[in-house]
Amino acid sequence: MMYKSLVGLVTKRGLASGVEHTARMKSFKIYRWNPDTPSVKPVLQNYQVDLNDCGPMVLDALIKIKNEQDGTLTFRRSCREGICGSCAMNIGGSNTLACLCKIDQDNTKDLKIYPLPHMYVVKDLVPDLTNFYKQYKSIQPYLQRKSFPEDGKEVLQSIEDRKKLDGLYECILCACCSTSCPSYWWNQEEYLGPAVLMQAYRWLIDSRDQASHIRKEMLENSMSLYRCHTIMNCTKTCPKGLNPGKAIAEIKKSLAFE
Amino acid sequence: MVRKLSGLQREVVHLYRSCIRMAHTKPIENRPHFIKYIHSEFGKYKDIPRKDFTTIEHLLRIGSKKLQEFSKNEVKDIR
Repeated sequence: MMYKSLVGLVTKRGLASGVEHTARMKSFKIYRWNPDTPSVKPVLQNYQVDLNDCGPMVLDALIKIKNEQDGTLTFRRSCREGICGSCAMNIGGSNTLACLCKIDQDNTKDLKIYPLPHMYVVKDLVPDLTNFYKQYKSIQPYLQRKSFPEDGKEVLQSIEDRKKLDGLYECILCACCSTSCPSYWWNQEEYLGPAVLMQAYRWLIDSRDQASHIRKEMLENSMSLYRCHTIMNCTKTCPKGLNPGKAIAEIKKSLAFE
Repeated sequence: MVRKLSGLQREVVHLYRSCIRMAHTKPIENRPHFIKYIHSEFGKYKDIPRKDFTTIEHLLRIGSKKLQEFSKNEVKDIR
């Protein structure tokens, strides 16, 4: 008797949760462009995803679409936790990492996903970051010293000096900030852009670096640094919560007071 | 009368000529391979309308990137 009612309870519960699982279909509109057919114009393709059967982040939805609906959908992803910066894209109108962006649970609205704005597209959501990396290389992002400690061990740094690097070294170079900057859109060739300038500042204020004079000289022209007009889109969009706008302002200050 | 070429057309011709020049820096026995490859690459897109600027610009970018890659001294042959 007891056993029977227990079974009844279990099956009832199973049924109840079955009723809850009505599909919540949300439509994702994703930018598609294939380099193999270059004369076909880019299109927004619509995909329906059941939110009950999908992880919470946009990247989960993208992977689900690629697995189950369309294997040709192309995007970069790696760590799925905001450390690698591969999955930077324009989601719902702002640049962010797909792995850190929650899906809006309101399934009446559709979500539009584009590649990073104003970059050449390699395929679908993959932008060509060659120029961005070339600019990063141009600021010589490594420690430059003439003299090293005599004991041959590491170059020491005080706790205060180390603190200055907080909020700068965390940058993962996802290019979200640079590609959100109108100034960078119009002068991509010459203006370095917020991400690279923040790294330039990171090496300028490093107490262990002795090349700050040369570093500053490299920035002393109208294009590389001074195309920043403090629009602050960079700070607004940074998925890691850093402040490239402030770093650029600090560079300007240190150049002005020299 | 020969029609005057537009800026974009001149760029395409320029890319083609520099590709052929690149082929002539390669070992003489492999030159036909390079020339054949260049012809096939340009031939693939010869039907693109003259006014389709974005596509032509994209192909120019891809082409000059490939040219840079193949101009390297280590590249001896192409198949």
